[in-house]
Amino acid sequence: MTVATKERKLTIARAMAEAIAQEMRIDDKVFVMGEDVGPLGGVFGNTRGLHDEFGSLRVRDTPISETAFMGAAVGAASDGMRPIVELMFVDFFGVCFDAIYNLMAKNTYFSGGETPVPVVLMTSTGGGYSDAGQHSQCLHATFAHLPGMKVVAPSNAYDAKGLMTAAIRDNNPVIFMFHKALQGMGWLGTEKDAIVHVPEEAYEVPIGKAAIVREGSDVTLVGITSGVHHSLKAARTLAERGISAEVLDLRSLVPLDRDTVLASVRKTGRLIVVDEDYQSYGMSAEIISSVVEQGVVLKAAPQRVAYPDIPIPFTPVMEQWALPNADKIIAAFEKMTNG
Amino acid sequence: MKPSKEQQLWMYEHMLISRYFEESIETIYMEGKTPAFNMAKGPIPGEMHLSNGQEPCAVGVCAHLTPSDVVTSTHRPHHVAIAKGVDLDRMTAEIFGKKTGLSGGRGGHMHIFDAAVNFSCSGIIAQGMGPAVGAALSRQMQNKDGVAVAFLGEGAANQGAFHETLNLAAVWKLPVVFVIEDNAWGISVSKSSSTAIERNDQRAAAYGMPGHFIPGNDPLAVFEVAGQAIERARRGEGPSLIEIETYRLAGHFMGDAEGYRPEGEKDALFAKDPIPKLRAHLEAQHGWTSSDDAALVARCHARVDAAIAFARESAFPAPEEALEKVFV
Ligand SMILES: Cc1ncc(C[n+]2csc(CCOP(=O)(O)OP(=O)(O)O)c2C)c(N)n1
Ligand SMILES: [Mg+2]
Repeated sequence: MTVATKERKLTIARAMAEAIAQEMRIDDKVFVMGEDVGPLGGVFGNTRGLHDEFGSLRVRDTPISETAFMGAAVGAASDGMRPIVELMFVDFFGVCFDAIYNLMAKNTYFSGGETPVPVVLMTSTGGGYSDAGQHSQCLHATFAHLPGMKVVAPSNAYDAKGLMTAAIRDNNPVIFMFHKALQGMGWLGTEKDAIVHVPEEAYEVPIGKAAIVREGSDVTLVGITSGVHHSLKAARTLAERGISAEVLDLRSLVPLDRDTVLASVRKTGRLIVVDEDYQSYGMSAEIISSVVEQGVVLKAAPQRVAYPDIPIPFTPVMEQWALPNADKIIAAFEKMTNG
Repeated sequence: MKPSKEQQLWMYEHMLISRYFEESIETIYMEGKTPAFNMAKGPIPGEMHLSNGQEPCAVGVCAHLTPSDVVTSTHRPHHVAIAKGVDLDRMTAEIFGKKTGLSGGRGGHMHIFDAAVNFSCSGIIAQGMGPAVGAALSRQMQNKDGVAVAFLGEGAANQGAFHETLNLAAVWKLPVVFVIEDNAWGISVSKSSSTAIERNDQRAAAYGMPGHFIPGNDPLAVFEVAGQAIERARRGEGPSLIEIETYRLAGHFMGDAEGYRPEGEKDALFAKDPIPKLRAHLEAQHGWTSSDDAALVARCHARVDAAIAFARESAFPAPEEALEKVFV
């Protein structure tokens, strides 16, 4: 009973804001900038309360000028500040990608490590609510593909707070991707399993460490953000049929915790990768080849449940059909065991 | 270049259609979204940016355009699409995600394409400007008639694309007109807190083109200024930049609590609603009567109601059609 009253459940949005506030209190170099991050508290709620506490010098609404403020984040970071910069939707990266992948991601290396770039770039991902293909993409792999940026993406509020704290304290650029459907904003629907207990005190979730969110022995389901929740649902259904699925939440794509994946697949002998990002040239290919190239003995060919290689359509009948879900994971498992 | 009575009535009619269209969409959008507001639900899911109050920008400019002229619009496109002559039935069906929609449901409200009247729009801020410049370039290179008009919000004037396209259009003397709908807000951020100068038409000077500012959200004034700029472009004398003071009578998108607006701002804007103002002008100057008005309003409503009925009655596409049209 006392346990229950101690439970303090937060949404990912609140957990992100709390982590940022705690770091801003202890480090006056940390500041936030982006569109509508000030008094509005962010379109997705992840800077709520910050403007009230820290004011408009440290929580800065920007013009709609991503090229300028993304480049500015790089310059400020290299001059001793620790900017947290928001790109409202990851889909907008097109107007500012040079600052991200040619500067933020490369300056550390090109300076021989002398000019680090401690930026946190937080950005929303994901679809499922009919916002069409300029506002619904995940694009994890696009960022993960280009060396020099760490890429993290939480599936629940506990990890969101810990990964944000770790990202702010990291001396490297960290892309922090939060999925809109997990954000806990009612207007985007709410994945209840993403709202979990979050300790009051600051803590880090190590970047580059996957979590085993459900143990099992028959098949390994690997996912990130929404893919973790689809996998957990599929695992529950499979359990009713006596099948034991292990679910891994990668949490970080860069660095990628291949060891945890390999250990799990060595145990289960079956692998399904679940990804809301585009199928080809993406996370699913990376995970499967990482397993295959280690010569892990598999009981069946690995499968992937990912977004088809099409722009994300508006109409819900098409979008819902194209998205990964628990049923598709179960179908993939059946294919592996019947084939 | 003053609008004739006929042109004024055309503008008024299209403002009425546009407003009633938005009001209808607003009502239908809320179906399935109460008591809990969830964007994914109802017959029109996703984001919805309404144009209530901004009709003068659309009609004052498009009154000078033919179907062969090119228009690019923004995430807030309905009023411009209606004034440009986009097929209303198929546009509505697209917003409902139906098979009969302009893009078979793939695009939705932020991606309305009607090649028959050279209209398109995009949800990425300022990114309609490059394509408008490209269409103008194509007309120039092919020696083909026609101009391009890019609509954008005042917030978009702070994007890199704005500055690059203005320079490119001017240096190549292209037949293009840039129209800024200044509704004073980019979501929750005011123009004054995000823009280094008061009026964006002043920026035209930096790119060697004429700049015009039109106060008062007045369709008659927009008609005059846009007419000059479009004629100039048609004569091959190059681009112009116009900033129109307009009013966003709706939230940024449906579901916006608008807590960032100063107290009383909304009421003041509604008091200046351009539709009753234009009606009063027609009554005073052109003997427009209440029975004329009732008949026109009824016609406009019937037109919109028919489009909505068409959309509602249309079937959804088959899910697998999602895989089609990636390439042609
Ligand atoms: C490149 C880019 N950045 C940010 C956004 C998110 N966004 C959508 S509408 C909007 C405000 C646009 O303001 P304005 O250009 O004035 O147009 P209005 O909404 O007022 O019509 C923003 C920031 C976007 N769609 N594209
Ligand atoms: Mg605006």
